[in-house]
Amino acid sequence: MNNSRLRLFGLIRKEFIQIRRDPSSLGIAFAMPVFLLLLFGYGVSLDARHVPVGLVLEKVSPEARSFSAAFEHSDYFAAVHFADMRLAQQALDARKINAIIRLRSNFSRQLYNQQSAPIQVIVDGVDANTARLISSYIQGSWDKWLTHFSAQRGISVSRPIILEPRIWYNSALRSRNFLVPGLIAVIMTLIGALLTAMVVSREWERGTMEALIATPVSVREILLGKLIPYYLLGMGGMVLSIAMAVFLFQVPLLGSLWVLLVTGTLFMFVTLGMGLVISIAAKNQFVAGQIAILVTFLPAFILSGFIFDIHSMPPAIQSITYLIAARYFVAILQTVFLAGNVWGIIIPNALALLLMAVIFFALALRRMPRRLE
Amino acid sequence: MWVRIYALLIKEFLNLLKDKKSRFVLIGPPIFQLLVFGYAATYDLNQVPIAIYNEDASIASRDLIARFNGAPAFKEVLRITHHEQIAPTLDNKEALLIVHIGPHFSRDLLSAHRPAQLQILLDGRDSNTAQIALGYVQSVLSDFNLNWAQQHNLPLPPAKLEIRAWFNPNLESRWFIVPGIVGLLTLVVTVIVTALSVAKEREQGTFDQLLVTPLSPLEILIGKAIPSFIIGVIEASFIISMTVFWFQVPLVGSLVPLYIGIVLFVFAVIGIGLMISSLAVTQQQGLLGAFLFIVPAVILSGYATPIANMPTLVQDLTLINPLRYFLIILRGVFLEGLSSRQLFDQYWPMAILGILSLSAAGGLFRRRMY
Repeated sequence: MNNSRLRLFGLIRKEFIQIRRDPSSLGIAFAMPVFLLLLFGYGVSLDARHVPVGLVLEKVSPEARSFSAAFEHSDYFAAVHFADMRLAQQALDARKINAIIRLRSNFSRQLYNQQSAPIQVIVDGVDANTARLISSYIQGSWDKWLTHFSAQRGISVSRPIILEPRIWYNSALRSRNFLVPGLIAVIMTLIGALLTAMVVSREWERGTMEALIATPVSVREILLGKLIPYYLLGMGGMVLSIAMAVFLFQVPLLGSLWVLLVTGTLFMFVTLGMGLVISIAAKNQFVAGQIAILVTFLPAFILSGFIFDIHSMPPAIQSITYLIAARYFVAILQTVFLAGNVWGIIIPNALALLLMAVIFFALALRRMPRRLE
Repeated sequence: MWVRIYALLIKEFLNLLKDKKSRFVLIGPPIFQLLVFGYAATYDLNQVPIAIYNEDASIASRDLIARFNGAPAFKEVLRITHHEQIAPTLDNKEALLIVHIGPHFSRDLLSAHRPAQLQILLDGRDSNTAQIALGYVQSVLSDFNLNWAQQHNLPLPPAKLEIRAWFNPNLESRWFIVPGIVGLLTLVVTVIVTALSVAKEREQGTFDQLLVTPLSPLEILIGKAIPSFIIGVIEASFIISMTVFWFQVPLVGSLVPLYIGIVLFVFAVIGIGLMISSLAVTQQQGLLGAFLFIVPAVILSGYATPIANMPTLVQDLTLINPLRYFLIILRGVFLEGLSSRQLFDQYWPMAILGILSLSAAGGLFRRRMY
């Protein structure tokens, strides 16, 4: 037992010396999360502000002006006036504006005629998500204007039901608050897998793995000797990311830090284990690196629920998301940051991570060749 | 010169395709990713779990609930009966939103004085999904309102909105996302193939062998660029045909403006890949370099989140991202049917990026060589 510990210690020491002499692993563990989080944190936002919209008032009446003022003074829009529909359409085609709002020349007359004056709105639908957000912003502005206008002119507006939305956890609907915690999961998936996938396949490629196998160390010790140093590096990167989320991006952290660290540890085990399995299967850096990138970054980005809602995916795809470790960690991170320690979310997801970690290690242990070829 | 390059081309293709695993990496994952991401990457809500808390047993409230259940965006998973159930339902994400109909709902609805209130409690953790869901709720509600007003002869509102979406009338986000995947996968495959090509030879020591052949540095550069170019264009063509035939995204425009875009995009991406490759000494560095380019290129391209939402400084940074231009071309040709003349402003930046990065790669190549 003592010998085993000594051997393990030796392996870990060897790994740290290697990390120090070839700092590319340090780069992966520390420089990459900082760089990626900065980039994502500032680059990824779903909050549309100052959306350029074109206003076409075919006849400038006081009513039309009061309507267009609602858009000119809104933070959501940057209103641009166009003399006619043709010019506005050209601007829409050139992507200079995202929507056109047109008041026909008989707008004021119809307003007082109980005819429900139509307001034509054209939205550029190429980006469907943005188009939908813009239409609901327009709807909101129109609604506010309508209430104000009718109250002023003493017109009775019948609205049988009014909507009273209450938004929990992220009441300002600031997209950064959910994107940044999700990004930590996406980034750490990548880093964990890259760390082990590359270093182990490098040993295979350079033949040093054979040298290791020829020493008295056991397969388990080799795996642990790889895992422990890179776990420490990975957790360093994780803590750095959490600190950046809280202090730089001002995401409120309602839950406790230790929950994040414990679940983060589980998550690191899964990604490092995944990297180990990849490297054992591939045995060369080209293939290992390719697989690591293919199975981590894009799946974590698209299938983790970090940006695309999992419930809305087709059932077959939903079942694939259960294989994505980031899915569980995204749920934990978003909840711990924005809602607090909700055990109903944390415990099942943490158990799923634990299960995945165990499976990956069992696979790595089984698949790791014990003899020289 | 061409004979020598031709010989190098054959060697490169053999190198890439003779290893079963490397071959698989070029073909398998892109198909799989296209299929999975094409279905997964959507902002449209579909069967989102909702809970209903109805404190007003009336025909009107039941009619409203039926409308929520009839909307394909929602699926009722829970009927709440006590106030205490609200918090755990949202906390544990059992439902994205709770429709709360208060006890005075039908009384207020039938009275002329005040409107009835419908409370919607939303999980805002994912603020984008929350906002989209709210939009769906709003449309369920305006349908109800219109219907109610007509049935009870209430005056119509003085003005109404008629919203139409151009180029994508049903606002299907798949039409926007899937053409984007063409750019995404072409980028990933092309960059990785080029970025690792030189680093691999250097690490394995075969680069020295190349250097003692009569090939000039320029010829080696060309010999490394052409295979990646061919692979990139084939990959893009394959994914485009999947987009059209499998995902049924309408291809409104013609193939000529699309292929001008593909050629220029692959050209620019290869320049960047070779630049990374000539800087890297080991494959690990090459891969890391590829990554440090691919990830920001995807994030800052407008693929998943609009460029217009980014801070001005970051928006300026996207100008050196070839994927940004290629995505506009893809979506422009697919959905709007833009012609090559209209896309000229997207073509020339990619051409310049390609020329700059290839010359930089050439310079670095020469320096590293001797």
